[in-house]
Amino acid sequence: MNYKMIFHILGSILKAEACLMLPSALVAAVYGESCLGAFAAAILFALAAGVLLSWKRPADSVIFAREGFIVVGLAWVVMSLVGALPFYLSGEIPSFCDSFFETVSGFTTTGASILTEVEHLPRGLLFWRSFTHWIGGMGVLVFVLTILPLAGERSMHLLRAEVPGPSVGKLVPKMRSTAIILYSIYLALTVLEVILLVAGGMPLFDSLVNSFATAGTGGFSIRNASIAAYGSAYADGVIGVFMLLFGVNFNLYYFLLIGNFSAVWRSEELRCYLGIVGLSVAAITLNTLSSYGRLSTAFRYAFFQVSSIITTTGFATADFDKWPALSRCILAALMVLGACGGSTGGGIKVSRLVIAVKSTLAECRRMLHPRSVEIVKMDGKAVSESTVAGVHIFLAAYCFVLAGSVLLVALDNFDFTTTITSVLACLGNIGPGLGAVGPMGNFSGFSVFSKLILSADMLLGRLEIFPMIMLFFPSVWRKR
Amino acid sequence: MKIVIVGDGKVGFTLTQQLSKEGHNVVVIDSSNQALENSVNVLDVIGIHGNGASYAVQMEADVPHCDLLIAATSTDELNLLCCVLARKLGARHTIARVRNPEYSQQLLFMKEELGLSMYVNPELAAANEAARTLSFPSALKVETFAKGRVDLVEIKLRPGSVLNGLPLHALYSKYRVHILVCAVQRDNRVYIPTGDFILKEGDKINITASPREILFFFRAIGILTEKVRNVMIVGGGKIAYYLARSLTESGMRVKIIEIDKERCQQLCQRLPGVMIIHGDGTDEELLREEGIEATDAFVALTDFDEENIIISMYAGTKQVPKVITKINKLSFLDILGNSGIESVISPKHITSNQIVQYVRAMENSFGSSNVETLHRIVNNQVEALEFRVREKSRIVGVPLKDLQLKKDLLIACIVRNSQPIIPGGSSTIEVGDGVIVVTTNPHFQDLCDILK
Repeated sequence: MNYKMIFHILGSILKAEACLMLPSALVAAVYGESCLGAFAAAILFALAAGVLLSWKRPADSVIFAREGFIVVGLAWVVMSLVGALPFYLSGEIPSFCDSFFETVSGFTTTGASILTEVEHLPRGLLFWRSFTHWIGGMGVLVFVLTILPLAGERSMHLLRAEVPGPSVGKLVPKMRSTAIILYSIYLALTVLEVILLVAGGMPLFDSLVNSFATAGTGGFSIRNASIAAYGSAYADGVIGVFMLLFGVNFNLYYFLLIGNFSAVWRSEELRCYLGIVGLSVAAITLNTLSSYGRLSTAFRYAFFQVSSIITTTGFATADFDKWPALSRCILAALMVLGACGGSTGGGIKVSRLVIAVKSTLAECRRMLHPRSVEIVKMDGKAVSESTVAGVHIFLAAYCFVLAGSVLLVALDNFDFTTTITSVLACLGNIGPGLGAVGPMGNFSGFSVFSKLILSADMLLGRLEIFPMIMLFFPSVWRKR
Repeated sequence: MKIVIVGDGKVGFTLTQQLSKEGHNVVVIDSSNQALENSVNVLDVIGIHGNGASYAVQMEADVPHCDLLIAATSTDELNLLCCVLARKLGARHTIARVRNPEYSQQLLFMKEELGLSMYVNPELAAANEAARTLSFPSALKVETFAKGRVDLVEIKLRPGSVLNGLPLHALYSKYRVHILVCAVQRDNRVYIPTGDFILKEGDKINITASPREILFFFRAIGILTEKVRNVMIVGGGKIAYYLARSLTESGMRVKIIEIDKERCQQLCQRLPGVMIIHGDGTDEELLREEGIEATDAFVALTDFDEENIIISMYAGTKQVPKVITKINKLSFLDILGNSGIESVISPKHITSNQIVQYVRAMENSFGSSNVETLHRIVNNQVEALEFRVREKSRIVGVPLKDLQLKKDLLIACIVRNSQPIIPGGSSTIEVGDGVIVVTTNPHFQDLCDILK
């Protein structure tokens, strides 16, 4: 175990985090808010700790798969701990556990909040809260790789541990160029959304924070009533469409940019994703037609909510907890499913679903014809056996974590729907669930223990389980 | 530059590693998923699974826009096909590995007709290096620059050598020879020495000078050994074939020990005048029977590193004056220390060095100076580069003592009008000169890179 190199990378990440807090501190300064002091203290702390840890590059800078997983797992925990400081130090969220929950929810792009009155928070903190979505959406280590020449070789382990999806590939041979391309696309889409929102009459500050939350598919809103507070069909439409866009595999945007349209067209994951969205919207529109009365209104709310839940954003324009059972079940199913691999969304990812369904069908055929040879294909290419096995193992692990967390959270004695959907919403990085944690509720009622369990679930969900679980393996920490 | 490498074997991997480290965008193609996965995990490159000579795979690797395609699979025909296809698709340069001796006669023809920029033959290159070392038996290793006008030789300071304990400036004034010690390896560390550096027993030192001066110097310090007259080779592979051919041409008596009967007969047919022994080269009795004690040089060329190391150590104990060992995995060389393994050849490293040299020359063919020759010495820890100064730059015409040079480098030699000059503080570099720089800092592209 190369502890020196792990600390070195952690130090670099803390330094990067200190820089990333600057815009929020600037907002606090512009509005002349008292939380500026809390930001200053947090930045100084992160900077000091970062400089101390990454003072000297260790002579042995080789990291293997093991170190890669550990770095990613630790980095997210450490970042969340430091990111919670502004909330805690400013006194706006008096309990550190709550601050930690809120920050983890931000970085993992969950959007589950313990705040009952969001609108009372100073603007600097609101900005930081939404900005954590934007940072966490694309991944912090990927960001650090774009700006620091950390580890050129063997950095594939870092990318693989942080970027969601069953198989991760680079766009161009150099890791750094790949990271730069991804972040440029991310930034460009975010800026585009801000412009469109401002053009629709939303205040600049609101446009910025809502765009951050959309880009990271996070879902923190700065209004108690979420996006419904704006009451504008235009804003609903823009945010709804952009949520869908951020739920698409970013590699496809790169293919569009370089003019490789056939690769985009061939993508089975994209077609499946759009198909699921279309079907769900149609079903929910018809299902809620009677309560909304008009087709266009029903469609508006159904589209926004489906887009918000499948991309695991968690914005709300309607109290879907009051919808009929079919609509609520569809949304619960979408919570588990999530967006495409390689996007900023959470959940188990559409590509995994496609592979799981195809391999299950293949297995059925193999049972009927024991000597037949079956290969699972995706986008016209064979999916390797290890990838297929990886998908099934991931699904099993997801179920175990889900079941375990539900049992532990059940100690708080909430009703059945609340208990299950709160875990689903955290593990899938969505945010709101159903029942007491529905779009109009929040997570403040849970005990400290449950909040910690749910924080862990958010991290498990964002990093796709294994890097986090790895931290608890004794053999990883043993010296030899 | 965008470089596509087909074949992820020994040479392919070494090349990928080196070129990716130098900052090029490398795409690797191989038909084995396992080899590919290892490369992608360990190096910063993209891997594409498939047959490198297929149109679809080359398109996926974006060969039409690449600057260079290197075909290094295990089959010559596949390599040639890859290169032809890549040329037709629009790759700017192609390099193929062609190692079948039957093709070696028609290489020039193929190079022109098929549009190859370069072909490499690892076995031939290894044989050439072994032959060069045998022609200069006092040195562990010999590399040449400036078309043979400057040699870089490595020697080991044995117990009782007159150089032991001598500071370098005393060495230069005492022997009055125009040589320069440009790198010293001591206990697995490499030093680029200055004038006060004191030599110690066991050091391996690298010297640059003209071949004549080196001969004088060897005579002065009393280590000039006899010319090699008979050579024993164990292992009758391709390297042995090329080596035996070139050694017999220069008049040495060669004996090859090979274990495979059929191969023996082939060699016998193709190498008139060479004695072929059918037997196990690791059999101590056979080696003694064939006169290992009396031979001037011993070359271990079997397919296994371990066997080569053991029989070379055995030859060392039998006081064979010159032992050359073929080793593919250089990483274990450190632990061997003083076990008698001194002259080592490694085909994959020789090949990858050749190609890296070509790539660097290609890259700055528009710069003010370019790399003409590149040798990696001292287990690849030190680079010796020969630059050709083509136009005036801020380095030209300034006395060396006034130049702000980077650390860990040495200007080892300046070649002007075919005459090597060992530079002093007042020497200058002029347009048209060849300049040999020795450095532990890899990745120099242009002569101006040596400035701070």
